[in-house]
Amino acid sequence: MERSPRIRVLIAKVGLDGHDRGAKLVAMALRNAGMEVIYAGLRNTPDMIAQAVLEESVDVVGISSLAGAHVETARMVIESLKKKGVGDVLVVMGGIIPKKDYETLKKIGVQGIFSVHASFEEIVDFIHKNVPHIQGASS
Amino acid sequence: MSSPAEKTGFVPEEDYTHTREAKLDSGIPIKKLYTPQDVAHLFYERDIGDPGRFPYVRGIYPDMYWKRPWTRRLYAGFGNPAETNQRFKFLLEHGQTGLSLALDLPTQIGLDSDDPLATADVGRVGVAIDTLKDMELIFEGIDLGKISTSFTINATAAILLAMYVAVGEKQGVSSKNLRGTVQNDILKEFIARGQYIFPPKPSIKIAGDIIEYCIHNIPRFNSISVAGSHMHENGATSVQQVAYTFCDALTYIDEVVRRGYQIDQFAQNISFLFCSRQNMFEDICTYRAARKRWAYLMRDRLQAKDSRSYILKFAAGGGGLWMTKRQPLNNIARATIVALASALGGAQSVLLAAYDEPFAIPTEESARISLNIQNILIYEVGLTDTIDPLGGSYYIESLTDEIDRKIVETMDCVEKNGGIVSLIEKGDIQRQLAKQAMQEEMRIQKGESVLVGVNRFVAEEEKGEEEMTFHEPDPMTRQRQIEQLTKVRRERDSQKVTSALADLKKAAVHGDNLMPPLIHAVKTYATLGEMVQILKEIYGTYSAPPGI
Repeated sequence: MERSPRIRVLIAKVGLDGHDRGAKLVAMALRNAGMEVIYAGLRNTPDMIAQAVLEESVDVVGISSLAGAHVETARMVIESLKKKGVGDVLVVMGGIIPKKDYETLKKIGVQGIFSVHASFEEIVDFIHKNVPHIQGASS
Repeated sequence: MSSPAEKTGFVPEEDYTHTREAKLDSGIPIKKLYTPQDVAHLFYERDIGDPGRFPYVRGIYPDMYWKRPWTRRLYAGFGNPAETNQRFKFLLEHGQTGLSLALDLPTQIGLDSDDPLATADVGRVGVAIDTLKDMELIFEGIDLGKISTSFTINATAAILLAMYVAVGEKQGVSSKNLRGTVQNDILKEFIARGQYIFPPKPSIKIAGDIIEYCIHNIPRFNSISVAGSHMHENGATSVQQVAYTFCDALTYIDEVVRRGYQIDQFAQNISFLFCSRQNMFEDICTYRAARKRWAYLMRDRLQAKDSRSYILKFAAGGGGLWMTKRQPLNNIARATIVALASALGGAQSVLLAAYDEPFAIPTEESARISLNIQNILIYEVGLTDTIDPLGGSYYIESLTDEIDRKIVETMDCVEKNGGIVSLIEKGDIQRQLAKQAMQEEMRIQKGESVLVGVNRFVAEEEKGEEEMTFHEPDPMTRQRQIEQLTKVRRERDSQKVTSALADLKKAAVHGDNLMPPLIHAVKTYATLGEMVQILKEIYGTYSAPPGI
């Protein structure tokens, strides 16, 4: 499969939480910013995420978490990504995430964490700066 | 984004002038001034009415809060059944008579605690229930004949209600004397909350089973609480919140009437849940208009004869989406306004989000503040001295009337476009809400909608989040719950379980009411996951359209 020059982002909810307002908004905003967005919706398992990253040649995975399970979720997703050999993808999270968990999340491998008031601009900039080697993508 | 002057909290006066005409999200323009002319077309007896009189704009009861203040509810979750039991006993000893049970997400979508899909969510936003054993533990030593219990449960409401009935039976309490509420509103799960299992049509059928069963066997139970709050927080305007919720409610009513029941047999067991969002006057008028429209729908469209069927009973509150993470103590002011809007709008009960909502689920302290905000309104400021204090205001009455018209218009539009179920199945409602939510968000990010502490009046120094204390879930909850479940599975009579599940399957295939076989099945200690699995085989599972 030929690699698209555009940044490809997978936005997903993992686990059972149904709060999807934020996930949808970020998906739309990244699309408006010229990225190719795959919106995976609710109730994804970590393996589904890893599989999608593999099949869809995704550069960025954005996980939305609002029901308090962010640390476990991050741990499981990143484990699955590594197992599938796609551990180099950029993982970012957003939602209701207390600051005290930021360090834990970063250690696990979540590179960007965006809280309630993060602007779309901030998120887009972060992705442009941190996405690993995309051919043709603006930085 | 903000000037240095703003950071100090001083605002240049020129910033204050309204640069655009004020307009509600539903498109209703707000005038600079309202005068008697704006209400000249309204006749008091016909269009407004005294409290307790058709069309109930001023309140559903003649005495409203003058006699009894609204019910202050606390929605809180505790990891496991034993902890929940302790908490409930504490609340009952301190005079509370209504309990509200928050359930974890696996319970809400029919997964047992040892299901791999449930790993990160067991006991997190509420208590985990796998079998009747858990329900027995939650209510151990609590007389179900003396309390009322509210269950925020939808897709698995029938199973939870079956368990509650079974616990009552074990205590010697007839289901005729059980009181409480099951939310049982599956349509809004498709629109906004996401906790669905089966496709819409069989889901509506199951909701109808609960209402039907309650008519005969649990007559004092509120068999459904139709909710607009989740869609409102997901992007619906105030008007859409009411219009879509009424469309949902009419869908459930049709399902039951279709089975040969009269509306007056169950209308009194229907209640509603709405939430407030920022514009206090819009909220107040929305609640007043909703009461009026519901009364008309029940009397004229559904031909209800009993006037008790006309009244719209509702819980209000919320405010979670409005709460900001920056300068979080400002959220206490926001919650106060939400409570005020709910009360001035005539809510029967109020459930307020806590000021730490943007960080975590509430701590005991933040939940207590949400209760005390309401106690201050009730006991300190004279809010309940007279009924409907805003009634007769030119602005309030005029806006109530306009919102009512918009509700009718929006409901008509839904019906002309194939009805609410079809619009949900196509994902049209979800897409519309997502689009509106995006517009709201852009207005905030561009600074067009002011959010104090976020895009205006931003503080140089903020109290560090590090200094706040948050709710800490118990990391052992899942393991304990799985041990309990394993023990129940080991000790139960598996032949009885198998036969009860076979009966459940037969009932589902024949289209019978599922409540009797579910009550039978829960008594054999069949697990929630096992029962849901049987129903999935018959009804299938639902995969939602992406909705963006």
